[in-house]
Amino acid sequence: MRLTLHIWRQRNRNDRGRFVKYEINDVSPDMSFLEMLDVLNQRLIEHGEEPVAFEHDCREGICGCCGMVINGVANGPEKGTTVCQLHLRHFRDGDVIYIEPWRSRAFPAIKDLVVDRSALDRIMQAGGFISVRAGSAPEANTVLIPKETAELAMDAAGCIGCGACVASCPNGAAALFVAAKISHLGLLPQGQPERHRRARAMVRQMDREGFGACSNHRECEAVCPKRISIRFIALANRDFLKESLAPSEATSGKAKNAKK
Amino acid sequence: MNLAPKVPSGPLEEKWTRYRSTVKLVSPANKGNFTVIVVGTGLAGASAAATLADLGYNVLVFCFQDSARRAHSVAAQGGINAAKNYRNDGDSTMRLFSETVAGGDFRSREANVYRLAEISGGIIDQCVAQGVPFAREYSGYLANRSFGGSLVSRTFYCRGQTGQQLLLGAYSALCHQVTLGRVKVFARTEMLDLVVAGGRARGIVTRDLVTGRVEAHAADAVLLATGGYANVFFLSTNARGANATAIWRAYRRGAGFANPCFTQIHPTCIPQSGHYQSKLPLMSEALRNDGRVWVPKLKGDTRDPAEIPESERDYYLERMYPGYGNLAPRDIASRATKRVCDEGYGVGVSGRGVYLDLTGATARLGEDAVRERYGNLFEMYECITGEEPWKAPMRIYPAPHYTMGGLWVDYGLQSTIAGLFVLGEANFSDHGANRLGASALMQGLADGYFIIPYTLGEYFAGAILEKVSPADQKFTEAQKEVEDRVARLLSVQGRRTVDSFHRELGAVLWEHCGMSRDAAGLRAATGKIRALRGQFWEDVRVPGDAADLNQELEKAGRVADYLELGELMCRDALAREESCGCHFREEFQTTDGEAMRDDGRFCHVAVWEFAAEDREPARYVEPLTFEAVKPAERSYK
Ligand SMILES: Cc1cc2nc3c(=O)[nH]c(=O)nc-3n(C[C@H](O)[C@H](O)[C@H](O)COP(=O)(O)OP(=O)(O)OC[C@H]3O[C@@H](n4cnc5c(N)ncnc54)[C@H](O)[C@@H]3O)c2cc1C
Ligand code: FES
Repeated sequence: MRLTLHIWRQRNRNDRGRFVKYEINDVSPDMSFLEMLDVLNQRLIEHGEEPVAFEHDCREGICGCCGMVINGVANGPEKGTTVCQLHLRHFRDGDVIYIEPWRSRAFPAIKDLVVDRSALDRIMQAGGFISVRAGSAPEANTVLIPKETAELAMDAAGCIGCGACVASCPNGAAALFVAAKISHLGLLPQGQPERHRRARAMVRQMDREGFGACSNHRECEAVCPKRISIRFIALANRDFLKESLAPSEATSGKAKNAKK
Repeated sequence: MNLAPKVPSGPLEEKWTRYRSTVKLVSPANKGNFTVIVVGTGLAGASAAATLADLGYNVLVFCFQDSARRAHSVAAQGGINAAKNYRNDGDSTMRLFSETVAGGDFRSREANVYRLAEISGGIIDQCVAQGVPFAREYSGYLANRSFGGSLVSRTFYCRGQTGQQLLLGAYSALCHQVTLGRVKVFARTEMLDLVVAGGRARGIVTRDLVTGRVEAHAADAVLLATGGYANVFFLSTNARGANATAIWRAYRRGAGFANPCFTQIHPTCIPQSGHYQSKLPLMSEALRNDGRVWVPKLKGDTRDPAEIPESERDYYLERMYPGYGNLAPRDIASRATKRVCDEGYGVGVSGRGVYLDLTGATARLGEDAVRERYGNLFEMYECITGEEPWKAPMRIYPAPHYTMGGLWVDYGLQSTIAGLFVLGEANFSDHGANRLGASALMQGLADGYFIIPYTLGEYFAGAILEKVSPADQKFTEAQKEVEDRVARLLSVQGRRTVDSFHRELGAVLWEHCGMSRDAAGLRAATGKIRALRGQFWEDVRVPGDAADLNQELEKAGRVADYLELGELMCRDALAREESCGCHFREEFQTTDGEAMRDDGRFCHVAVWEFAAEDREPARYVEPLTFEAVKPAERSYK
């Protein structure tokens, strides 16, 4: 196959960045998109140029490293796939492909296709957990969970934290990411005691990080590599609203702590 | 080299309880005076860091990914074992223990394995409490599936994403501790050396992967939970970034390296299809619950598998190992697969493939039931190959997957360097010469949640630790060495890419130190690797500079270490003149081609000590004794 690539090159945060055109004419349809970039990079190095920086690790769609925007679509044209799982057989010989990094206020640029997604970690740190000490857990089968509930929680828990939802949202909202975590833990009996304060702490942190507000564009759902449903946003909103109307003691304490 | 395993006295069943109830403790008020470095945020590292912080220690955590949540553990698919006996099918601590010892072909330490089995149930309790959404029955009780090498069903799972869910559990515990201020996470930061001062591990040297800044960090103890080194083969099932640098640098500073040649080749992976291929994705062993492995009875049969009638198929695992059938352990299944392919029965263009067939299960159970159990695995297969496993059997072939070898540790997980502890896949620990499926996740979490909190406390309670600072000479020297090495990698400016060296090394190891080994091949490989290492330092090209995100530079450092480790693997394989588990020496086999152990000469852990550059490393042994399970010929027939 022969492809024309326009790849976003940017040395570092201070560089303005630009698209650079590369022709590549001997790739196979069985290659993954990242393997094509590997081939390009090997060639660049051999010609004394700097390879394109991009993130990847597992190469099987689970670590959430490899996100990028391909022809204007986060994670590329195939629904429900990460870039590492996207194969060239979904492109046509002669295609022109534009490749650029996630672009969002909350994800500062680092280099080429690599951005800083640590804001997502900080949201998790704000409340994305059940506080349980090693050693204090009860026997696992004492808490029964209906299969449907466990499956639904698992649907939400499947989020890989890639940030495609943010990159695709016209407002740069992280609503789907946050809702997936709030729902995963909020659906389970173990998650009940901290359910509302968790929702509130995570949403507050999301606002603080400069993510936009959700206005139901549904772009996030369309690009999510794990097909996480926006139904979870509605579910999480209920937890959040309930907490906003009647904040618990502990939450107000926690919020103060988080501020400092 | 002192290899005292420090196993507590008393009957096997009581050792751990006794240890825990008599171990020296650090007073709660004093814990905050200790700083612990944890390198790695996989299951072992994240669980250890969160638990130690919760106890009151100050914890500094490092990982090379952009987030702790992306550690390689996230990719584990099939499940985690625990001897809960929820199925009432005969499981018990004793059975999990004895199956694991036998599965490892009697090359692991009994007391460690027993403790692992004993702790396994508590891990599931802990994970459920954290909100890990394990698969459930309609009744609401936890569900189980079966894994290889066992006749009971004790594997807990979250669809085909068990590692992800367990890791998110440990990561969320870590997040909680970050908020409480007891953990500081350094993401995108790679450990490039260990600092040993006053005979104890007291710190590490790191490079910030974004700014290039090289820095030393001081602490009272260092924990390495940096995963395995299967990527030494270039093509493996591991995440691309997984590497041996942390443990290799520690080895060079004096930590003994145990059984480096014990590398697991997993039977069911997607075969290689092109030279550009960057990894060999795993198709979880869980698929062998419902899947059957076969090849055509006719050599070179190119018919569509659907057109090959039952009578013309050879279900070779069921034929050769009727007792366990498709659930034969990995080393055995891989070797059987290699054999049928070597004999010319393999399928696919290269002939390096066999069928893993779930079409029968789909017809029997319905597509929905199969999708629920393996949905994401099937999607992955379809994504990569463009073929639908619901309709046609998958093609699979063995690939490097896991490393049982690693840094030697005693019962307390302490290496031969005082104050250096090693957890998870990075240590040699519990799996002997072959790991059974669904037991790495179990081990990583056992080490992190339940073992290290006690054994590290004992170390602190019994040691007098002088104050150290990154300004001390040992630290500045180590830092200088790292800076020099980085500069040297950049200064070669030769003609070959880092990957080209890595591929070549991988090919040599796969050929001579892979599924079968012999003396002549291992000697040849040693020479080839040494020559390749020479070329690397003369001809490698690393573009860019050190003061920036430079992914080629990161890779170059890792490959330079692999070029040393690869040689040690061959040396270890050569010295072990027997076949056991994954280590199959052509010279040592039974008449029907099974591994022939030599318990008289090799019932031990081989531990290597680094000598100076270009001097031969020394080989020491820790003898293994078996009291509860007597070494017997493993039989899965
Ligand atoms: C595809 C696949 C599927 C698997 N499925 C299963 C399964 O179903 N059941 C099972 O029991 N096992 C399974 N395994 C094995 C299991 O996943 C691993 O053995 C286990 O997760 C290893 O965990 P760990 O915590 O030891 O290390 P890892 O998860 O590998 O984590 C290593 C950590 O160390 C960090 N690190 C490494 N080097 C450095 C450095 N120099 N500086 C800084 N940080 C560093 C990394 O950033 C990372 O955070 C599977 C393995 C693979 C490859
Ligand atoms: S590289 Fe892990 S999701 Fe793509």
